[in-house]
Amino acid sequence: MTGTIVAGIGATEFSKASGRSEMQLAAEASRAAILDAGLTPADIDGMVTFTVDANDEQELMRNLGAGPVTWWSRAPGGGTGACAAMQQAVAAVATGLANNVLVYRAFNERSGYRYGQPRAVAGPPPLDWYRNFGIDTPAKMYALWFRRYMHTFGATNEDFGRYTVSARRYAATNPKAWFHDRPITLDDHQASRWIVEPVLRLYDCCQESDGGVALVVTRADRVADVDAPVAIRAVADARHADASITANYYYDDLATYPEAARCARLLFERSGLTPADIDVAQVYENFSPLVFLVLEAYGFCGPGEAVPFIAEGNLDIDGALPTNTHGGLLGEAYIHGINSIQEGVRQVRGTAVNQLAGVDHCLVSSLNSGLVLGRLR
Amino acid sequence: MDEPRRVAPDDAFFWAGAADGRLLIQRCADCATLRHPPAPMCGACGSLRWDTAESSGRGRIVTWITSVHPNRPDEAPRIVILVQLDEGTRLVSNLIDPPHDGPYDDLPVVVEFRDDRGARTPLFRVAGSETPSLRVDS
Repeated sequence: MTGTIVAGIGATEFSKASGRSEMQLAAEASRAAILDAGLTPADIDGMVTFTVDANDEQELMRNLGAGPVTWWSRAPGGGTGACAAMQQAVAAVATGLANNVLVYRAFNERSGYRYGQPRAVAGPPPLDWYRNFGIDTPAKMYALWFRRYMHTFGATNEDFGRYTVSARRYAATNPKAWFHDRPITLDDHQASRWIVEPVLRLYDCCQESDGGVALVVTRADRVADVDAPVAIRAVADARHADASITANYYYDDLATYPEAARCARLLFERSGLTPADIDVAQVYENFSPLVFLVLEAYGFCGPGEAVPFIAEGNLDIDGALPTNTHGGLLGEAYIHGINSIQEGVRQVRGTAVNQLAGVDHCLVSSLNSGLVLGRLR
Repeated sequence: MDEPRRVAPDDAFFWAGAADGRLLIQRCADCATLRHPPAPMCGACGSLRWDTAESSGRGRIVTWITSVHPNRPDEAPRIVILVQLDEGTRLVSNLIDPPHDGPYDDLPVVVEFRDDRGARTPLFRVAGSETPSLRVDS
């Protein structure tokens, strides 16, 4: 146990055009999370977001009337920052450096800066080594990694499509999902256009979304003051020197995800749990093949076995490991993975729209980082 | 149009070598570990001293994709490849004159320098597919 709980969650609607500033989205989501936690903005004494978030902490404090704040930090990177940001909040609370930490992420990622589009400027210099040769979008950057999985195990784009069909089925019954009431078939998936041949079709790609999400992490001994506390059983983050910035081209075996496997080992050691103890999972999927690599890295199935595991329906509501029960980043929205943490909280609380019975433990994976949520004992 | 290539200070030796038709790999001057992409410090021993090794230009394709620009349909697609050089390091490049429509996994490749965005650039072709005028008969 970490001695910490998720006390509150909050979010805006998820859309393609929010019609308001990113700061307003951050403020709306944050205030909702603070009130959901049974706190007031003045109780917030820590703030954490992603390095790539454009919302300045000081300015968000001013909007909320928060603080005084005595802890702030940012988790490096994009999607991997979701659970990594939670780890920073847990660290601050567990060490007594803060009591009530707000974790937030908000952007106009469809109506403003679109992640899916080629970049005018390449970012840090190591990315030049990819961009010079045509790797100018996240889809291409990740597809070059995923292709080796396909070659090694004979996985096909149709195999990846079976994940999307499952995710869209959950989204279809989630009123907050952009793809609410719009399930797809495998034929629909196979008819969608290639984005990066021979790896990713349109329906393998996450959405571009506008929205904001926030959570409040606080001390477990505050549990009596909280309406619906959820224990943070373990949190972990693992990075290796043989990776590069969002380009995992240097692992010995590109058909594996060693950093997620290391994160999984840390999570299971720290929680005392095993994969069999996980009732439901929320897995960051910028693109559908990532789910396959992560399921294998976490030991839910062996190398290459995610293909039959998913084909057999194990990610569905009645499967062995219901996964991305909100519809995932493909089906609900792409709020950089932090909306998947919220779905984990809802599953443990028992308030999810696609609720499972008797959830004791929910895994949330966001690339290199992850956490396990659970009921309070 | 593509914008001119940016050359970061740590990468300058690579492009200077490429301008001379040489595929260079950064090598630690203390422990001889090869590294790519270039970096100022050796991750194996911490040394800041480095020189270069010239690659044979031979390797194999670890993975590949077809790259189409999402909103410039007139731009020719390229085959992006990750090459494992015989020396052991990997680099991203493009496959030129592909002999078929794929798949290209594990195919042996050899470097060929061409002008790209105003700079001599190491690209790769499938080994044995050299054009007759370039083939050296022994």
